[in-house]
Order: sequence, then structure tokens, then C-alpha cells
Amino acid sequence: MTTNPCFLSIHELHDRLRRRELSAVELAGALFARIDATDDAIGAYLAVCHEQGMDAARRADARLAAGDVSSKLLGIPVALKDVLLTDGVATTCASKILDGFSPPYDGTAVRRLKDAGAVPLGKTNMDEFAMGSSTENSGYSITRNPWNLDHVPGGSSGGSAAAVAAGQCIAALGTDTGGSIRQPASFCGIVGLKPTYGRVSRYGVVAYASSLDQVGPMTRDVTDCALLLQAIAGHDPADSTSVDVPVPDYSGALTGDVKGLKVGVPKEYFAAGLQPEVEQAVRTGIGELEKAGAVVTDVSLPRNDYAVAAYYIIAAAEASSNLARYDGMRYGPRAEAGDLTATYMKSRAQGFGQEVKRRIMLGTYVLSAGYYDAYYLKAQKVRTLLKQDMESVLSGCDAIVAPTCPTTAFRVDEMTHDPLQMYLSDILTISVNLAGLPALSVPCGFDDAGLPIGMQLIGKHFDEGTLLRLGFAYEQATEWHARKPALPLPATSS
Amino acid sequence: MKITSEEVRHVATLARLDLAQDEQERLAGELDRILEYMDKLNELDTDGVEPLSHAVDVVNVLRPDRVVNQPRTEDLLRNAPARDDDFLSVPKIIE
Repeated sequence: MTTNPCFLSIHELHDRLRRRELSAVELAGALFARIDATDDAIGAYLAVCHEQGMDAARRADARLAAGDVSSKLLGIPVALKDVLLTDGVATTCASKILDGFSPPYDGTAVRRLKDAGAVPLGKTNMDEFAMGSSTENSGYSITRNPWNLDHVPGGSSGGSAAAVAAGQCIAALGTDTGGSIRQPASFCGIVGLKPTYGRVSRYGVVAYASSLDQVGPMTRDVTDCALLLQAIAGHDPADSTSVDVPVPDYSGALTGDVKGLKVGVPKEYFAAGLQPEVEQAVRTGIGELEKAGAVVTDVSLPRNDYAVAAYYIIAAAEASSNLARYDGMRYGPRAEAGDLTATYMKSRAQGFGQEVKRRIMLGTYVLSAGYYDAYYLKAQKVRTLLKQDMESVLSGCDAIVAPTCPTTAFRVDEMTHDPLQMYLSDILTISVNLAGLPALSVPCGFDDAGLPIGMQLIGKHFDEGTLLRLGFAYEQATEWHARKPALPLPATSS
Repeated sequence: MKITSEEVRHVATLARLDLAQDEQERLAGELDRILEYMDKLNELDTDGVEPLSHAVDVVNVLRPDRVVNQPRTEDLLRNAPARDDDFLSVPKIIE
């Protein structure tokens, strides 16, 4: 080996593995060494699984030695958000209420990556139960942004985003309920895709808000994003909300040709509150798409301002129901407290963190007698309007382009004192989840402090291909995705 | 005030959360502010609008009622906080 493989892409590594210039065991070893050297500073991983990873790498080498090169993911080291169940590997969802939980099976997305020969490196940190936008709500520790350790990586898939950006894995899986893949991708300067609701199975994904949750890829370029999506997409009988529509060849969409594609720019997504450098970078990015041949048109999403309120009512309501299962009876720690109800109440009070309790309380309130119509039903009706707005715009163009987030990564502790302010930072990502649409975040620049900026592409249901096509063409014209953070850390052996 | 301390205590009981006094007070203030923000939705006229619970059109999915998984008692019970032989052990449920 002459170069450190930790920052190579899946497609580059596949060539090297196929030509036997590098073994899967050497590659996994390099990644584990990189994690060991850097993760005290970053904190991307909650659990590192050396043993399972090296076993998978050895199996990949055996397949490669036998001439099996059919899977591009064979021998590729990946990180998995801790919301994804992994057979025999601790899965806590970053919550104390699942402390020590060892799942008896793999979630479908994890299973599909393993079947494709990917090498699991470990479980990444997140906001507890995926509730948060900074990974500061983890029940265990915080994760720091590899571009500046005083800043957050975003959330809730902050550990996965930081690991991808810091070369601690080649690619990762995250989940996105209100922006939890795209926002950390934007904050960490990587590519993140939230697929269409129903595109990827949710079987074996710890549920937060079931009508909004979706698993998706987090990678260093669009080509890798297409490869990872290909592996996890598709109908799964074990998830009745996964949709049985054909999975296209996503790599086939990476032609570089976007001539004539119509992209809409919603003026409401460039409203007050946007950091000036973010607006400038995204507008420059839109200019690049235009230069590549896309047709740019102004559009309007007039009711986006109501998305945060509708989202936090619906998500909290679903969460309060989903999280009723954590009662200290079947798994997780139990607090002894005399009778059954007292045991439930104490186990839950000790096991859940502040943000989770806040959302359970909010969700229980909006579903309770006397308030259901005023909050929950009202929010569901607003959801209908927001979805109609999105569909109406997308009936006239192929994709919507906008910033992923109003700002770059905020400082650690900057937002923790004000939950509502933290919720409002999701304003540009959550309508996508309410409408069930796919959306891609690609790196499109840096602010004056050197923190990454993301550009968001929103598409029609099941049209991830067009987003990847646009993202790839943009990436070909720019070099933002190729920049790497200069970590103030010891160099790893290569 | 959108939500009183008494309501917070009631909701905490519904949600099976044993909240300390200071936690109740903090949550009362936070929830009050959040709910006040949620009132923004009343600016929108939603008369005659159908509520949406699911973003993609789906219908009931039926499958034959066949056993496909093998019993995995040990795998499932290894996570139990308390067990008695092949059973979960829980506090007394019926007096």
C-alpha cells in the first residue's frame, strides 16, 4: 500500500480490491487503526466491532480470491447508525433505556449490506432515539465536527456524518425523520440522501416517527451514494410500508448530462435568517447547474413556514406511541419501585434523556382528550397542504434546489438551552419528510470559518435517479466533495 | 398559559414518566413556549382539508398466516432485565 485507503471512494477501492492490490483485511485494519487514532477527539462511534468486522473482511477476501467481484460493496468498510439493529452487536439508539441491548437479528438494510459483502466497523453516535439536530442529545457522549472540533456535526445521524468526513469509514448508513441525514451531511461536508418514504425497508430500525422515518446512505461522493442506495433499496415483506416498485439502476443515472432538466428555486427557502455565505454558496451552485444545461426557474412554497409546527406535533405524537414499549419489562434496565405502574414510571424516567421526555410529553399532550383536534388533527391537515404544495411545484419541474440548512454547523452548547430554537433550525428539511419525498444534500462550499455548506436537491416520489443525476453533474463541475478536514490529530499508519 | 403544572403532572402520568418536581417545572415552561408556537397553525384555513397520516398511498398488505421463524428463546431472553427459567419475570400485575 502506498496511500492511506481511508479516504478512497467505494468505486476506487473496489478496483484495488478486485485487482488484489489491497486485501479487505488490510483495508479493515487501516480503518480500525484510523478510528483508534482519531475517535477520542471526534467521538463518532458508540461501539467499534473489531471482531465482526475482521471476520467479515476475511470472508470478503475469500470471495475475492474465488473470483467473486459481482458486488461493488464486497470488502467495503461501513459504519452503521446505532438506530439500526445489528445481530449480536449492542444497539442502544444512544439511549440509557437500551443500555446493554443486544438485538437478536439484523435490520433489513444492515442485512442487505452484509449480504453484499460490506464490512461493518461499528455503531455510530446519534441524538437519543434520533431526536435532535446536533448529536448532543446522545445519552452517552457528544460527537464533534471533524472540520472544527468546537462545533457540532449536526444530527441526529451526527456520528455517521463525522465518521464519513473524518475517514473513519468509507460510507455509512443514517436515518432521516426530519433532516437527520441531510443536515449532518451538510454540516460535515459529505453527501447524504433521504430516500422516498417506502424506498428502503424500516424493518429493524428503532422507530421514532414511523410515518416519517427513512434509512439512507451517507458517503463522500454521489457515485458512492448511488452504490449504497442500490444495495439497500427495494420492497421488503417484513415492512408493509416499503413499496413494491422496481428499483432502477442508480449508477446508470450518473451520466453527467442534465441538459433540459428543470430545477425550481423556492424563494421561501432563501428567506430571512439564512447565513449570507450559505445563500451565496447555494446560488453559485445553482449557477453551476445552469451552466451544465439545467433550466432554472423560480417557484414558491408559500406555506413552508408552517412545516416546523406541523412536524413537531406529528413526530412527537408518533414518538409518544412508539416509545411506550420501553417499560423495563422485556429489555433494558428496570428500576425497582414496588408495584407495576411505579416500576414503569421510574424505569422510563431514569432511562430517557431530557429531549426524549420533552417529545413524549408533547406527543402525549397533543393526542390527549380535549387537545387532539386542536393540535394533532390540525397538524395532519396542514401536512396535506404542505404535501400538495410540494407536489404542485414538482409537477412543473424535475427537482427543487435549495440550501440544506439555514446555517453552517453551530458551536457545541450553542443551542442546547433553547429546544424551540433547535427545532426551528430544521425549517428547510422537514417538509420533505412530511411529503415523503426523496432529497439529496451535496457539499457546495465553505463559510469564512471553514465550515462546510450543503445544497439540497428535492425530487419526486421514487425519483432518486434524477437527484443523483443532478448531484453527480454538479460534483463533476466542482471540487468541494474532494476536500478533507485537516484533523489536529496524529497521522495514522498507512 | 397554554399548559398548567397540574396538566403537566397529568400528562406525565399518562406517559408513565415519574418526573421530579424541578423537571415538571422546567417542562411546563418549555412546553408552554412550544405549544404557543404551534398555535401558528391556526393562521391556516384547513376547513374541508383531509388529514394526512401517511405520505405515500398504501393499502392493507395481506399475507398468509404461516410460521416462518424458528423459536429463539435464548436470543430473546438474553435481554430481559429479570427472568425465571424460560419466562420474563415482572412485578405482580393482578392483586
